[in-house]
Amino acid sequence: MQENILTPKLVVKENKFCPGCGHGVIEKLICQVLEEKGLENEAVGIVAVGCACLITDYMGTDWIQAQHGRAPAVAAGVKHVRPGKFVFTYQGDGDAAAIGLSETMYAAKRNEPITTFFVNNGVFGMTGGQMAPTSLLGQKTTTSPFGCDYSKAGEPIKLAELLATFNVGYIARGSIANYSELMKTKKYISKAIDCQIQNRGYSFVEILSPCPTNWKMSPVDSLKRIETEAMTYFGCGELKGQVQND
Amino acid sequence: MAEIIKGNHAIAEAAIRSGCRFFSGYPITPQSEILEYMSWRLNEVGGTFVQTESELAGISMLYGAASCGFRTMISSSGPGFSLLQEGISYLAAAEIPSVVVDLMRFGSGLGDISPAQGDYLQVAKNGGHGDYRCIAYAPASIQDVVDYMNKAFSIAEKYRNPVLMACDGTIGQMVESVVFPEMYQHDPDQFDWSIKDQRETVHKQVTSKMYYDYIDEDYCAHFREKYDAMESEAEWESFYAEDAELILVSYGTMSRICRDAVLLARKDGLKLGMIRPITLWPFPKQAFKAVTPKAFLTVEMSVIPQMAEDVSLAARGIAPNYSYTTGMHYPDEVRIIEEVKLVLDNKKEEV
Ligand SMILES: Cc1ncc(C[n+]2csc(CCOP(=O)(O)OP(=O)(O)O)c2C)c(N)n1
Ligand code: SF4
Repeated sequence: MQENILTPKLVVKENKFCPGCGHGVIEKLICQVLEEKGLENEAVGIVAVGCACLITDYMGTDWIQAQHGRAPAVAAGVKHVRPGKFVFTYQGDGDAAAIGLSETMYAAKRNEPITTFFVNNGVFGMTGGQMAPTSLLGQKTTTSPFGCDYSKAGEPIKLAELLATFNVGYIARGSIANYSELMKTKKYISKAIDCQIQNRGYSFVEILSPCPTNWKMSPVDSLKRIETEAMTYFGCGELKGQVQND
Repeated sequence: MAEIIKGNHAIAEAAIRSGCRFFSGYPITPQSEILEYMSWRLNEVGGTFVQTESELAGISMLYGAASCGFRTMISSSGPGFSLLQEGISYLAAAEIPSVVVDLMRFGSGLGDISPAQGDYLQVAKNGGHGDYRCIAYAPASIQDVVDYMNKAFSIAEKYRNPVLMACDGTIGQMVESVVFPEMYQHDPDQFDWSIKDQRETVHKQVTSKMYYDYIDEDYCAHFREKYDAMESEAEWESFYAEDAELILVSYGTMSRICRDAVLLARKDGLKLGMIRPITLWPFPKQAFKAVTPKAFLTVEMSVIPQMAEDVSLAARGIAPNYSYTTGMHYPDEVRIIEEVKLVLDNKKEEV
């Protein structure tokens, strides 16, 4: 338990995410794993926009801010010229699954040796809670006031499954709904990082995460919603690249 | 030693000789041969070539590599050049140098693959959003592109800003004799702003300067100062302009025909001259202060007057400016002189 209470050194500033936001928790998890692996100096992150991009102020790795959706392409550019670095993207669902779906898919298609941490909170957080490609059917958002309707929006994108159609290094989906899921997610993050460090190609971890502000729910109810709704629809686990005997 | 080479290949080779070691792009006529050449040549010199899924991804990848201090180039044309604009604005905001080549074609929308000068406004006035500027070189020959390439990279690094190479599509397609410079060795670790193999004492945030380095008025002052300083990079060529009765203003390959028109007219006693902007931005306003013609005639290969607007501004208080847009075709010298005579006979409307 103790390791989760200690703040990693890589967290250089207190975050200003809303109370109960998943971004702060995921940031801490990534920082912990990078520190455990001694990668603080080699890591460079690429963000784009959204609440996700606020992380660059709080997490002390080097950062580049890309255009909305283009982080995987920017990351690939960095990795090509500085192959010794650990290069990752940190992206929300509007970013990676809507405007940047093409860049996301092509990073996997080319099996670029980069790692994407994909925060699926089912809404466009920063812009005020509009419908995302991952919003669940029936979910009310500021642009789906009557609930997400299959006849208009189709079904929520399962990005991990889409990417798993490619012959890439590692793909998993975790959540931070409770302690046990959090620990599993930490392991997925760790394996995704290993995948890149060991030159096994593209790695991707999707993380089901709460946005209490735009869900208009308490932090506790938000976590419950992930357990009862998001995890039921998306399902958690490793989809590709499970290494034997771990 | 001079060699005979196709323009697009020469553009790619010139970039390599200037130390460019990263190219990511997407095919479009009339510049696809740049990609084709880069795909084997970068491999030969230990660089990286990536054919991306779109121009959006191409310039994004370049942004990543350029943020690491490497010399990077991308090229496109027409609709593809439009898609590069998002990235160009981001590069300018984050102050990341790089070279972007536009092989201009004809028309709007899909337009036509035939070479022209249809992108003047997009090049000189910024195709992307917001407050930024890019120095834009307009070569008139393949040798020009080769000679300006290393300079384009150095200027990009001097001002930490993308630089545009605005070539008429013709330059990519024609074949000329060219002398290449020796290979330039570029050190990507020479800059304090770039991402290095190891993090330095303070973690770096490559992003719009607005967020961390300059707040509010400081930000405005920084960029105003920078773009003012960039104005000093204006370049032009004046050809028989001092005593000219009428001055043709044209750039790129069109200036080569205008030059012949000047010589031909002077044989008949008609005192023509020419001003050729080498930089489309900054526009060489100074060139106009030194001349006293009766009129200017802007000759460009587009549908509507584009550069002519800048010429009118520069010519204010000096002489009226007229426009001759040639569409997708090159006129010959005789046709240009006919147009000059229409101006001198008061048969054309001022711009
Ligand atoms: C080209 C472009 N279009 C739109 C925006 C506005 N915008 C900023 S953040 C954002 C949504 C981000 O949502 P998501 O990726 O889910 O991240 P979150 O805020 O939930 O972390 C949008 C659309 C933009 N910055 N750029
Ligand atoms: S709006 Fe949502 S995603 Fe953004 S910080 Fe608040 S809780 Fe987090």
